[in-house]
Amino acid sequence: MHLAYPAVLSALLFCTGLYGVLARRNAILVLMSVELMLNAVNLNLVAFDVWLSKTAEETLHSGQALTLFTIAIAAAEIGIGLAIVLAVHRNRGTSDIDRLRDTAERHDTDGPDHDAVTAGETEKAEATA
Amino acid sequence: MTTTTLAVLVPLLPFLAAAAGLLLGRTAPGFVRPLAVLPTLTSLVLAVLVAVRQGGDQAVNSATELTPTGSVPIELALHIDGFAALVAVLVGLVASCVQIYSTGYLRDDPRYPSYAALVSLFTSAMFLVVYSGDLIVLLVGWEVMGICSYFLVGHYWETPEARAASLKAFLVTKLGDVPFLIGLFALATDAGSFRITKVLGTVVSGGLDHPTLIALLLLAGVAGKSAQFPLHTWLPDAMAGPTPVSALIHAATMVAAGVYFIARLLPVFEASQAAMAVLAVMAAVTMIGSGLAALAQDDIKRVLAYSTIGQLGYMTGALAVGDRGAAVFHLLSHGAFKALLFLAAGAVIHAAGTNSLAAMSRMRNLRHRVPDAFWTMTVALLALAAIPPFSGFFSKEAVLGASEHVVDGHTEHAPATAGWIVLVAGLVTALLTAAYATRLWLLAFRGRGAEAPDHGRQPLTMTVVLWVLAIPSLAFGGFAFRLLPDWFDGRDLGPTLTTSVLGTGVALAGGIVTYGAWRHTTALAARVPLGAVAAHPEGDAARVEAEAIATHKPAYGDIAHAQDPADPGRLLLGPLHRHAAAGFHLDAVYRVLLVRPVQAGARLVRFLDREVVETYVRGAGVLPRWLGAAVRRAQTGNVQTYVSALLAGTVVLAVAAVLVATGA
Amino acid sequence: MTLAATAGLLAAGPNARAAAETHGFLSPTGVEIAFLLVGLVTFGAAIVTVTTRQLVHAALWLVVALGGLAVEYLLLTAEFIAWVQVLIYVGSVVVLLLFGLMLTRAPIGRSPDADSGNRWAALTVAVAAAAALVWVVVDAFRTTWIDLDGPAAGSTEATGASLFQNWVLPFEALSVLLLAALVGAIVLSRKAKAEAATAADSTPATRSRTDRSETDRSEKEGTR
Repeated sequence: MHLAYPAVLSALLFCTGLYGVLARRNAILVLMSVELMLNAVNLNLVAFDVWLSKTAEETLHSGQALTLFTIAIAAAEIGIGLAIVLAVHRNRGTSDIDRLRDTAERHDTDGPDHDAVTAGETEKAEATA
Repeated sequence: MTTTTLAVLVPLLPFLAAAAGLLLGRTAPGFVRPLAVLPTLTSLVLAVLVAVRQGGDQAVNSATELTPTGSVPIELALHIDGFAALVAVLVGLVASCVQIYSTGYLRDDPRYPSYAALVSLFTSAMFLVVYSGDLIVLLVGWEVMGICSYFLVGHYWETPEARAASLKAFLVTKLGDVPFLIGLFALATDAGSFRITKVLGTVVSGGLDHPTLIALLLLAGVAGKSAQFPLHTWLPDAMAGPTPVSALIHAATMVAAGVYFIARLLPVFEASQAAMAVLAVMAAVTMIGSGLAALAQDDIKRVLAYSTIGQLGYMTGALAVGDRGAAVFHLLSHGAFKALLFLAAGAVIHAAGTNSLAAMSRMRNLRHRVPDAFWTMTVALLALAAIPPFSGFFSKEAVLGASEHVVDGHTEHAPATAGWIVLVAGLVTALLTAAYATRLWLLAFRGRGAEAPDHGRQPLTMTVVLWVLAIPSLAFGGFAFRLLPDWFDGRDLGPTLTTSVLGTGVALAGGIVTYGAWRHTTALAARVPLGAVAAHPEGDAARVEAEAIATHKPAYGDIAHAQDPADPGRLLLGPLHRHAAAGFHLDAVYRVLLVRPVQAGARLVRFLDREVVETYVRGAGVLPRWLGAAVRRAQTGNVQTYVSALLAGTVVLAVAAVLVATGA
Repeated sequence: MTLAATAGLLAAGPNARAAAETHGFLSPTGVEIAFLLVGLVTFGAAIVTVTTRQLVHAALWLVVALGGLAVEYLLLTAEFIAWVQVLIYVGSVVVLLLFGLMLTRAPIGRSPDADSGNRWAALTVAVAAAAALVWVVVDAFRTTWIDLDGPAAGSTEATGASLFQNWVLPFEALSVLLLAALVGAIVLSRKAKAEAATAADSTPATRSRTDRSETDRSEKEGTR
């Protein structure tokens, strides 16, 4: 079998997952897309492992071992990720990523002077706290 | 103690008093008065001692170089000849009188501590100018006097007149001081030293390369300081300061510093015939112009200010004919009687509650309110008008005699033309001086109308000082003209017959004509009621004076003159009166020539700064603001947007890397 | 093409190159056709997963995609991996995701706002990345041939021997990592429960009851 087949499939799957990560609104769907990306990598690992073990008589089977590890880590990741999503959902009442905009600039302060003042105030608050 | 030590102590004591006064003025108000009076009195005693020890013999010279100061060394040098010793005595006498007088005059003034300290500092600076043997040290005293004058003229800074006058005094004298500084540098460069003795030695040996240029540059500074035409305009306005300050600074001492400076460096000026001619013309214009202007003034202190300008003109006239003995003689006698005139005028203003002669001429019995001021002022006015036994007669005759000497061609120092100019101008001015002195006396003390307000007796400190100063006004001239030649250059200072008869004749004529005019006009006084008297009977003299200055303009329409048909000066001057009252519109000329262009330039600079420079500054800020706003737009808080941008960048970089690696 | 050259060097050996030359790119073998078809199904399922507006359907299509991948592993003779894939992914991860969807009260049926406004940017980035990757991969490996004959490369025996001979230390480390993830999931859930309990003091009792049931479920998930 041509190595290009699994390689191209893996690339396409990876980019599909990429699209999902970037475009999906629900955090759980984003996690699914992450799974797709991980699986694309797994496919690559397996394909190259098979190719190398046949062509170069390599017996380490590093590709397959790494695939197993990736699967295990993916399982752990999905557990932790879901726990985080649930905690966020419980606190905020939503699991939509675009609504979690705490890092954005607040709209009530749109001038640099305001920023400076609020920065000073927060610093003061920290100092007193 | 040696003479040198004594001489060093003379300027040092008032300086220490000034420093202590400024430091302790608020914390220890009880010490302020002794601290003001005692060091000045001590300095007077020391100055007298120095004068006695010097005794008109060989000049005392002493110098020490503190530190090397470049190509032309600056030394702390003393040069005490007869001129310096006697002028220092005059300065000490007037300063002591003024300090004593001020304790009464500014009795309740809250700013008295700083005032007294500044007067002490001024006295110290004047002593420094008088004794200094080094031109740069002299310049230090010269400038300290200027700044003290600025502060003291602005003592009543609540009134706009005082603020404007202090600024004007500072700026106009600075206008002369800049050429003066350049002239000093040029002189020192030519002579190779700032020491006066070495400079004079260079002049004698003919080593001065640019005598005319140097003399004219120095003359500008002298004209500014000594209020000579055309830089005299600050002096009448400086009368907005307290009367003791006018007496000390603007009559007896600081304005005489310019004359004294020329007297010290007279050989430098004599090296240039052109400079002497300019000096003569300047003196003549100053004398006659100021005499006419004095005849038209309404404010009693402005009359005295113009009179001061005229008398300083006599001194420069004497210098223009190369007789510095006569100049300093007149300086000494004028210092005494003019200080007396001002101090007495202060008492009169206090008693009358106004500084307007028109208002005083409508007051009966003012002389009985202030008998001390009346008698001493009469003496001083007689001295001013150069009536024979008084000191002004002898000193003025010395000046006229010197000019006559030159006219006869007996000297090679000055051209005969200068002699003629000074002689004629001096005689005309003698007439004018007698006229305005008579007018002042008649209007102030022979008024008719309502009874003068009763302000109680003057403080003893103020009256005693007047009598102390009356003694030299009365008797100094008669003794001095025989003694002074020993102290000065040895030239005879005695009156000559021709000039005595001529001078006394025109003076008497001026007085009689004015008296006739007054008799003619005084009947009008009752018909035209004038005289808004803004008086605080309970206040001290300084407060009364500040009120009088502040209310003169609203009451009479102008700071210089009043619409009074009973004024004899109006009759005498005729159509000239209007121009004379305004100081011959020199202020307007300055306004057009200097003030307006400077203000226009300032407006232009302001426009350039506000509109042009500021635009660049603002533009430099606007661009980053826009960039910041654009970048801020990207801060959406949406993590996916960030990751999208990150990955897009990664893809672009990866493709670029592949393209580069494959060499495509 | 240096990439192709390096790939050729990696191919290591004239045999492989000769084999690749004997197998034309446009004359696929039976395995290749099967791989292609299953790959198309997998890719299609993945596309649907990331585009569908029905959230539960997305999870189900994900099952199809992951199952398709398991078949691909089988076709690549990696049978152990294939079964692990089925067991872990299809069996547990997808179930976990479905639980998560339910616990976050994901809407059943079409939800019009499943995609964010970022969609077009995301599409651009994804297509560009796909084009770049496919171009590079095809360019590098179009002549590389995998010989699938002989003993299976990924049989359970071979994988087990390799794993427990060469990879035993990372394997043990991984078990520690799994334990940590398990503990972490429990801790996250318990912390949320504590916060919910404090919040329940001031909120109606019904709310706290639902919260508690949710926390119980998430704890169960954590133990899986």
